[in-house]
Amino acid sequence: MLKLDHVSKIYKTGTFGGKELHAVNDVSFEIPDGEVVSLIGESGSGKSTIGKMILRLIGITRGTIELDGVNVGALKGSELKEYYRKVQGVFQDPFSSYNPIFKADRIFQVIHDEFYPHVDAHAWADRVEDALKDGGLNPEHVLHKYPHQLSGGQLQRFLIARALLLDIKFLVADEIISMLDASTRIDVLNLLADLKKRGLSILFITHDLSLANYISEQAVILYRGCTAERGITEKIFNQPLHPYTQMLIASVPRLDRKWDSEISVETKAAPLGAVNGCVYAARCPLAFERCKQRPPEVQVEPGHYVACWKVTEK
Amino acid sequence: MLQVENLTVYYQTLKGQVRALENASFTLANGEIMGLAGETGCGKTTLGHSLIRLAPPMVHIGGRVLLNGQELPLADMQKMDAYRFTDISIIPQYAMNALNPIRKIGQMTEELLRARKADVKAVTAELKDRLEMVKLPQEVLNMYPIELSGGMKQRMVMVLSTLLNPELLIADEITSALDVASQRAVAEMLVEFRNQHCCNSVIFITHDISILYQIADSILIMYAGQLAEKASTETIIRSPRHPYTRLLISALPEIGVRYSDKRLTGIPGKTPLLLNPPQGCRFRERCPLAFEKCAEVPPFIEIEPGHFAACWKETGSHA
Repeated sequence: MLKLDHVSKIYKTGTFGGKELHAVNDVSFEIPDGEVVSLIGESGSGKSTIGKMILRLIGITRGTIELDGVNVGALKGSELKEYYRKVQGVFQDPFSSYNPIFKADRIFQVIHDEFYPHVDAHAWADRVEDALKDGGLNPEHVLHKYPHQLSGGQLQRFLIARALLLDIKFLVADEIISMLDASTRIDVLNLLADLKKRGLSILFITHDLSLANYISEQAVILYRGCTAERGITEKIFNQPLHPYTQMLIASVPRLDRKWDSEISVETKAAPLGAVNGCVYAARCPLAFERCKQRPPEVQVEPGHYVACWKVTEK
Repeated sequence: MLQVENLTVYYQTLKGQVRALENASFTLANGEIMGLAGETGCGKTTLGHSLIRLAPPMVHIGGRVLLNGQELPLADMQKMDAYRFTDISIIPQYAMNALNPIRKIGQMTEELLRARKADVKAVTAELKDRLEMVKLPQEVLNMYPIELSGGMKQRMVMVLSTLLNPELLIADEITSALDVASQRAVAEMLVEFRNQHCCNSVIFITHDISILYQIADSILIMYAGQLAEKASTETIIRSPRHPYTRLLISALPEIGVRYSDKRLTGIPGKTPLLLNPPQGCRFRERCPLAFEKCAEVPPFIEIEPGHFAACWKETGSHA
């Protein structure tokens, strides 16, 4: 189980670093083993920052991230390398994840040299083939090719296969299908669902709510670094409680019904700089006096948390 | 009204001609918002751009385009200038980067109008109304583009592109870089522009079919440079006839659909390269229904009133 406990990421900005930017603000949630949790938010909501903190690509300013009780932030040297055996990431743009000068399967060789130098070449080739097959690829069609000879969907599956070689427990999937075409993205999504059945936990970072709904058990809605609402995906999509979630769900284009003209979409720009109260208050149609204070995250029903005075004060 | 007849546009490259748009024929009625959808590289942007700026490396191979009965000089970059912005206008992809960063927005607008010899005073009054329509404050005219958010810039470019009430507006992926809330706002504003006669017909290019279901009157689906199917929005979504359209729509995840209840499937295979496209129907290799006849190019014909498709399985009985 991966657990985020009051995690914050603060960047120093301004000429002399005198100002602070709260990219992630006091976020807590858990990802149980074998579950997919979606992290949903618009650009600038801090969703990728959380993924990068889990992968230790950037530091954690406050709070702790724990994997099976081990503090991830404190890992060093060989411990950190062991951590990467268990936790890996796949990112948005498959084309920039590869060095175009080398063949795409070089990424497997790198894994071999770094993590499994004792495995001989034959056994390793078998493992690579198995991983590719698990990734839904035919090894004959994709091995010994350059990145430009493969499609975006194939390259993304390559990266997932690379993660599988390490026998990982946890995958950070950061917008991995937003650059793929409609006819291929669903296959990559199904692949994630299959991996989950094998006990893999996945943090699925996305801005697309219908994809999150398709794949995940739980969802976390972020707005400007703060959790607006989190809980069981079905609950959040069918009965959103936070005004921001309600507005998001009402804006999703659907094929089964037209946009509801009752719920207006507020496009006011959010104020720049630090906000003391509720971060959504400036855009919120329900905002009142109380919203000048930051609302705490309150459990409204088992496993369903909302940070909104209107909902929690009743 | 826009009539496109057998329009064929290739890209000239060092390796040869990329056949990006082949024999496109369709009509667009007055006031119609037509969604133009397809996957990456299907030629939808090529089609949109060739109607306004057919510049090298694009080459006009054949066909013609009529706007209100008048033929457009597509291949002549200079002559087309008389139509651009006044009769045909475009909201480009990445519209947020389309504003001049070193001019205040009001000043840039004025220069633009002067260059088109428009009546600046009359249009400026109209401009203020339009800004209100897209919920932008008047002050933006005194601001530099950098002071606006992405969504605001997108709306500003929408206002600019439609300022002279073009007959045809091409909206190229205007919602794809925005988050869902701004996406909905921008799409609804575009419909409002059409309703208020700020533009006549609209071609809305996107890869997101669910947005088209919300705003478009009709949808044209393209595949690998060929037109696949055109019909009213309801028909394309509820009863598509071309196998590609059917597979594409069934591959879309929707709210309410979860993989544990209903597992969706993608379309196996990948789109052909257009440098040397396969003969006949270009969807043939991925099509579950393909048969011998598909080695010939299927004609794009009306199979029902207002419903066009290019598939031998559908047209065979009608031809």
